[in-house]
Amino acid sequence: MDSFRLWLHGHGNGEAVFPLSLQEISLSKLDFSIVIERWADLLHGVLFTLALSATGIFFALVIGVVGVAMRRSGSRLVQVPVIMFVELIRNTPFLVQIFFLFFALPLIGIRLGPTVTAIIALAINGGAYSIEIIRGGVDSIPRGQVEAGAALGMSRRQIFSDIILIPALRSIYPALTSQFILLTLTSSVCSSISASELTHFAQRIESETFRSFEVYFTITGLYLLISWLIMAALSALGNRHFSYPNQ
Amino acid sequence: MDKFGSPEFLFLLQGLKWTVLLTIISFIGGGIIGLAIALARVSPVKIVQRIAAAYIALFQGTPLLMQLFVIYYGLALMSFNIDAWVAVSIAYTAHASAFLGDIWRGTIQSLPKGQIEASNALALGYVSRMRDIVLPQALKISLPATIGFAVQLTKGTSLAAIVGFVELARAGQIVSNLIFQPLLVFGIVGIIYFFLCWPMSILGSHLERKLSLGN
Repeated sequence: MDSFRLWLHGHGNGEAVFPLSLQEISLSKLDFSIVIERWADLLHGVLFTLALSATGIFFALVIGVVGVAMRRSGSRLVQVPVIMFVELIRNTPFLVQIFFLFFALPLIGIRLGPTVTAIIALAINGGAYSIEIIRGGVDSIPRGQVEAGAALGMSRRQIFSDIILIPALRSIYPALTSQFILLTLTSSVCSSISASELTHFAQRIESETFRSFEVYFTITGLYLLISWLIMAALSALGNRHFSYPNQ
Repeated sequence: MDKFGSPEFLFLLQGLKWTVLLTIISFIGGGIIGLAIALARVSPVKIVQRIAAAYIALFQGTPLLMQLFVIYYGLALMSFNIDAWVAVSIAYTAHASAFLGDIWRGTIQSLPKGQIEASNALALGYVSRMRDIVLPQALKISLPATIGFAVQLTKGTSLAAIVGFVELARAGQIVSNLIFQPLLVFGIVGIIYFFLCWPMSILGSHLERKLSLGN
């Protein structure tokens, strides 16, 4: 019931705080000094958000690749659960997914902290979208290439990784990049189960200082910076490893 | 401890009503402003183009939750004495306008250049060129992506729960707090969202297949 109690009483962003801060602040009192004072907390938040997202992205990719391999297997029994998983995740809000996991995991005896739960939720959500994106890339590989690989005596695993996966990753790299930036931005929702990340840190500062606008305005800028950073890093990585050899 | 009965379910449906209403309002508002953003983004005037591009980049590079917070608190800060409901609608409208603007920008630019050259050769003015030649084609191509965004927007309205607006997700939280059955309640809430979004997803992928066959 511990997680439930936490949930019930909230973590600083409850309704009790909200109307108060709405009334108390007016434009004449705009004051960013709080934000500057707490810069170390915010920096921590940025690092936590980066770590949370990077871990989530890694496992989302793993789910994506495994899911596509399952989706391409001959057996309906393996394919159908993947299709259902993708449709279910893509048509429900992340907030509901993370709440569901947050309460479901303890019930089946798995006790994890909110941050690990958040990573699992991000990986599952990002994984479902990755399956769809990677599948699109894999489907674009002409069958003849796979047959040529088989004719050259390559193993099934070699064909999947060298002929299907790597070339497919090249063509879908831009789509994956924007999906992973979206995942990073979505990680802000993990604050609702008080996982350690930027938004959660901001909510803590806000509940202590009531400087809602200043705090959220600042971390919005930080998120913008984070998404530019990831975009730059991923496109540099893409140019090195996933660009077409002839380009 | 109570059981999940029809009053609880009716309460969730009340929340669903606000989810649907919020989605429709922000989709229509976002569509109108988004059209202006898309046109600005492809405008021949460089500065107008840049402003539209910055607007789109701003909304695509920040979390929806932060957009919600900043607009919600920002409006309060400017001493607008408005309802939470209006503030949330404004935030989602702004969000939708940036994303729809970018989707339509993409399809406008994907039209063959010859279309615009032909309309120039026929001496059509800007309004007629856009209204009669460019937009009808561009909007048709954009339908799958537009519907895809409608699904995103529907799911996105769940974040209004975090600022305390009682839509479906928040209604779920409240019921869950009352009857202490979070798994059951969030399961049901998830299923309701699913049956709200799934038909749209199917329609979107159906249209996409139809369009790609047409090409």
